Amino acid sequence: MSLTIGIPREIYLGEKRVAAVPDVVEKWRKLGFGVAIESGAGALANFADDTYLAAGATVADSAEALYAQADVILKVRAPTSTEVVAMRPGTTVISFIWPAQNPQLMQEMAARQLTVLAMDSVPRISRAQKMDALSSMANIAGYRAVIEAAHHFGRFFTGQITAAGKVPPAKVFVIGAGVAGLAALGAAVSLGAIVRANDTRPEVADQVKSMGAEFVPVDYQEEGSGVGGYAKVMSEGFQLAQRATFAKQAADVDIIITTALIPGKPAPTLITAEMVKSMRPGSVIVDLAAEQGGNCELTVPGEVVVREGVTIIGYTDLPSRLAKQASTLYATNLLRLIEELCKTKDGRIDVNFDDEAIRGATVIKQGEITWPPPPPRLSVAPPAANAAAASAPTPAAKKSSHGHGGSGEPMSGKALAGVFGVSAVLFWLVGAYAPPSFVAHFTVFVLACFIGYMVIWNVAPSLHTPLMSVTNAISSIIAVGALVQVAPPLIDGSGDRPNELILGLAITALTLTAINMFGGFAVTRRMLAMFRK
Amino acid sequence: MSENLATVAYIGATILFILSLGGLSNAETSRRGNFYGMLGMTIAVVATMLGPRVTALGLPWIIGSLAVGGAVGIYAARKVQMTQMPELVALMHSLVGLAACLVGFASYVDTSIVYTGAEKTIHEVEIYIGILIGAVTFSGSIIAFGKLSGKIGGKPLLLPARHWLNLLGLLAVIWFGAEFVAAHDVDAGMLALAIMTIIALLFGIHMVMAIGGADMPVVVSMLNSYSGWAAAATGFMLANDLLIVTGALVGSSGAILSYIMCRAMNRNFISVIAGGFGTGGGSTPVAAAGEQPAGEVVAVSAAETAELLRTAKNVIIVPGYGMAVAQAQHTVYEITKLLREQGVNVRFGIHPVAGRMPGHMNVLLAEAKVPYDIVLEMDEINDDFPDTDVSMVIGANDIVNPAAEDDPNSPIAGMPVLQVWRSKTSIVMKRSMASGYAGVDNPLFFRENNRMLFGDAKKMLDEVLVALKV
Repeated sequence: MSLTIGIPREIYLGEKRVAAVPDVVEKWRKLGFGVAIESGAGALANFADDTYLAAGATVADSAEALYAQADVILKVRAPTSTEVVAMRPGTTVISFIWPAQNPQLMQEMAARQLTVLAMDSVPRISRAQKMDALSSMANIAGYRAVIEAAHHFGRFFTGQITAAGKVPPAKVFVIGAGVAGLAALGAAVSLGAIVRANDTRPEVADQVKSMGAEFVPVDYQEEGSGVGGYAKVMSEGFQLAQRATFAKQAADVDIIITTALIPGKPAPTLITAEMVKSMRPGSVIVDLAAEQGGNCELTVPGEVVVREGVTIIGYTDLPSRLAKQASTLYATNLLRLIEELCKTKDGRIDVNFDDEAIRGATVIKQGEITWPPPPPRLSVAPPAANAAAASAPTPAAKKSSHGHGGSGEPMSGKALAGVFGVSAVLFWLVGAYAPPSFVAHFTVFVLACFIGYMVIWNVAPSLHTPLMSVTNAISSIIAVGALVQVAPPLIDGSGDRPNELILGLAITALTLTAINMFGGFAVTRRMLAMFRK
Repeated sequence: MSENLATVAYIGATILFILSLGGLSNAETSRRGNFYGMLGMTIAVVATMLGPRVTALGLPWIIGSLAVGGAVGIYAARKVQMTQMPELVALMHSLVGLAACLVGFASYVDTSIVYTGAEKTIHEVEIYIGILIGAVTFSGSIIAFGKLSGKIGGKPLLLPARHWLNLLGLLAVIWFGAEFVAAHDVDAGMLALAIMTIIALLFGIHMVMAIGGADMPVVVSMLNSYSGWAAAATGFMLANDLLIVTGALVGSSGAILSYIMCRAMNRNFISVIAGGFGTGGGSTPVAAAGEQPAGEVVAVSAAETAELLRTAKNVIIVPGYGMAVAQAQHTVYEITKLLREQGVNVRFGIHPVAGRMPGHMNVLLAEAKVPYDIVLEMDEINDDFPDTDVSMVIGANDIVNPAAEDDPNSPIAGMPVLQVWRSKTSIVMKRSMASGYAGVDNPLFFRENNRMLFGDAKKMLDEVLVALKV
C-alpha cells in the first residue's frame, strides 16, 4: 500500500511558508504517494486550496483529519508538543527540527515512536546539495536582507548624475560570505551599490570577486576554515585585527549586512555600539544572525530598532517574508529528499542508513534517537591531521618504502664493489675453462651489451613504443639461425641428420620471424610517420 | 659468397642496427633509424642466403616462408589500431620466443656439426638456455597479450606458495639441465629437453599471470628484453656473432626500458616480477584500507568544463589508459586545435607509465596528429603546473595521485606523479569513482580545486567540443 504525505498548516506565529507547492505535489503523486493538505495551508504563501486539488492532492478540513490519514508529515517549523501528540505513532516527520536546541521536543517525538528527518541535519556533501534546505533558505534571507535594507535606507543604491544633482552610490559591507552573504552581495551589486565583503575563510575571496564585489581582508594571518565548509572561532589577536577592519568600514559605508554564524555557538559580536555610533545617520544594519543573538551589539531579535540614528533590522523570519519563493524552494528540497527515500518509486519510503545523506538527516528512527550521526566523511581532513598521520608510519611501511625509494639513488660503494667482484669471478671462470671460440663470442656479447646500454639511454621517452617495435623487428634476426638450418650443409658430417624434421622446424621458425620482421618494421614506419611537429 | 664476405656483411648489418637504435634518440631522425634497421635486416638475410651455409636446394623454401610470413606481418601492421599496439608488440615477442625454441630444437637434432669435450658441453648448455628463454618468452608473451587485449582479466592471479613453485621450477630446470648435458644420445637428451620446455612454458604463464594490469609496461618491456636474450642465446648455439650482437642490443634495450618503467613507478624490478600490486602479498603494506581520503567531490558538466577551458590561458592535458580505451585521442586533438586557435596554450603531460606500454600515449597522440613539440615528459612539465589554469586528466588515476607524495603509507608512496593539483583547477574525467589499477584511493578527487567530469571519455569530450564550438 502506498503512503500518504500530509502537509499541515504552519501554526507558528507569523510563519507564512508551507512545505508543499502544487508543482511538487504533482511529482509526489508520480512517485506513487497520496498527498493530503490541510485547508488553508498555502494561503499565506499565495497557494489556494484549489491549486493543490488540481495537482492531485486531497484537502483535509482540519489538522486532526490530516494527522489521522497521513503517514509522512512534511513541515517547515519544528512541530510543537500539541502537534506531536496529534500524530499517529509510527508516522514519519520531515521538517526543520534543530535537535541540539530542542532536546525536550526530541524526547516527545521519540516517545511517540516517530521517525524524524531533520532538514537542518542534512549533511553538507555534494550529493546532498539538492536537499540542502538551509542553503536555499539562506539564499532567500540574503536577498531579502538587501531588500529590507533598501526599504529602510533613504537613498538610491546606484549612483546617478541627474539634472537635480549628483547622487553618490550607496556603499554596502557584507560580513560573512556564505550562501546568505553571497546572495546579499549579488542583490546589492545588481542594485548598483559599491559592495565590499569580508570573511574569515580566505578562500572565498575569489567567490566574492566573482560576484562583482570587493574583498576586504583582515590584516592577520590565520586560517578560518572549519569543518564542513563553515567558519570556526578565531583567535584573540585575529579578533582585534578584525574589529579594527570593521570599525574602519563602519565609518565609511551606508549599509552593513552581517551573516556571521558559527555552528552550535552563539553568533559572534562583530559590530560594537561604538561602530554603530560612528556610522552616518540614516545608515542601515541588517543582522541575519539575530536569531542566534546577533552580530551587532544593539540588535533586538525580531524587531527593527533605531539606535544612534542607525536603523538596525533584526528580523528572524526573512525567508518567511518571501513566502512563495521560500515555499517553492523548500518543497523542492523535500521532493529531492523523498526521491532519495523512495528509490523504487512505488510510494513507499525506506530510511536506508547506508546512505550517508539519509543517515545524517535522520534524527529519530522508529522512536530511537539517532542524533548526532556518527562523524560523516564531510570535509577534507585538515592538513594538520594528514601531517600527523604521515609522521607516524608503521615500521613495516617505513622499511618497505625505503626499499622502494632506493632505486633512484646511485649505487653505494659496497654494492658496486659486490657487482665488480661477482663479475670478476664470472669472467675468470669463463677465461679459465671455456674454449677459445666461446671466449670470442662472449667478448662480442659483452661489448654489444655495452653498446646497447649506451645507445638506448639516448632514446627519447616519447619514442619508447617505436623503440620496442623496432627492437622487436630486429630481434627477428633469429631468422638467420633458421636460414642456416633449412638446407643440409654441403659438407655432410654424419649421415643420420634428420633433414625433414629440421627443415620443418626451420621453415616454421622462419615464417614466424618473417611475420615479426616485416610486421615490426612496417608498424614502426607507420607509427613514426605520425610523429610530426 | 665466401665465409669472409658473409662476415663482413654481418658487420655492416650490425652497424646499421646500432645506427637504427641511435636514430630513435629524437623524432626527426627516427624515420631514418627505422630505415637503417630494414636495410640491416635485408643485408643480413640476403648475405646468409647467399652464404656458404645455405644451398640452392633450400632457397625456394626460404623465399616461400618469407613471403607467407611477410604478408601476414604487413597485413597485421596495416590493420592494427594504435590503441592495440601493446597487444601487437606482446604477440610479436611471443613469435620471437617460439622461433628461438624451434631453432634450438633443430640445432639439437642437427648432427651435421660434431662437437667434442668442453665445446660439446657449452654447445648443449647454450641450446638448453636458448630454449629455456625462448619458451618463457613465448608463453609469457601470450599471457601478456591475453591480458592486454582483455581476453584474460587484468587482476593478478596469485597461487599459494607461488615463490616456492617458482623456486621448485628453477631447481627442476637445473637438474634436467645436468641430465641433458650428461645424456649420451639425442633421444635421451630430448626427454630432458622436452620436460624443461614444459616447465619453462608453465613458468612463463605463471610469471605474467601474477602481474597486475598497472605493471604491464614493465612486463612488456621485460619480454622485449627476453626476446633479445633468446636471440643472443641462439647466436651462441649457432656460433653466429650477428645474432649475438643483435640479441644483446635488443636485450639491453628491453632491460633499460624495464628499469625506466620501474623507476617511474618507484618499484623495484624484483617486486614487479614477484607480482601482485597492492594486494598485501608482496612487500607492499596493506595501507589501502587505512586512510580513506575524505571530502567533497565536485562534479561538473561538459558545458562547465568547456567554459573553464575557454577562459583558461594555460591548459595541460594528462592522458592515461582511459583515453586509449575510449579511443578519445582524436577528439582530444580537435579540442586542442580549437583552443590553440583561440590562443590558449595547450600542452600535454605524459607520465612514463601512462598506458600499457612505454610511450603508448605518445603514439596515440601522434596518431591523432597532435604535434610532438607540445607533448612533454613528466619531468619537463611538472614545474609548470602552478602557472596552469586548467589541467585536464583524461582516464588516468594513479599517475596523478597526490598520495604518492604526501602519504608515506600509500602503496604507491614515492612514485613520481604529475602534480596536477598544483594548477588552479584540475578536471578529472573518469567513468566512476573507482580506484585505479593499483587499488589506491585518490585524494586528488577530493581536493577543493578539483572537478570531476563523470562519463565515457569519448562521449564527454565530444560534448565539451560541441560546447566549445558554440
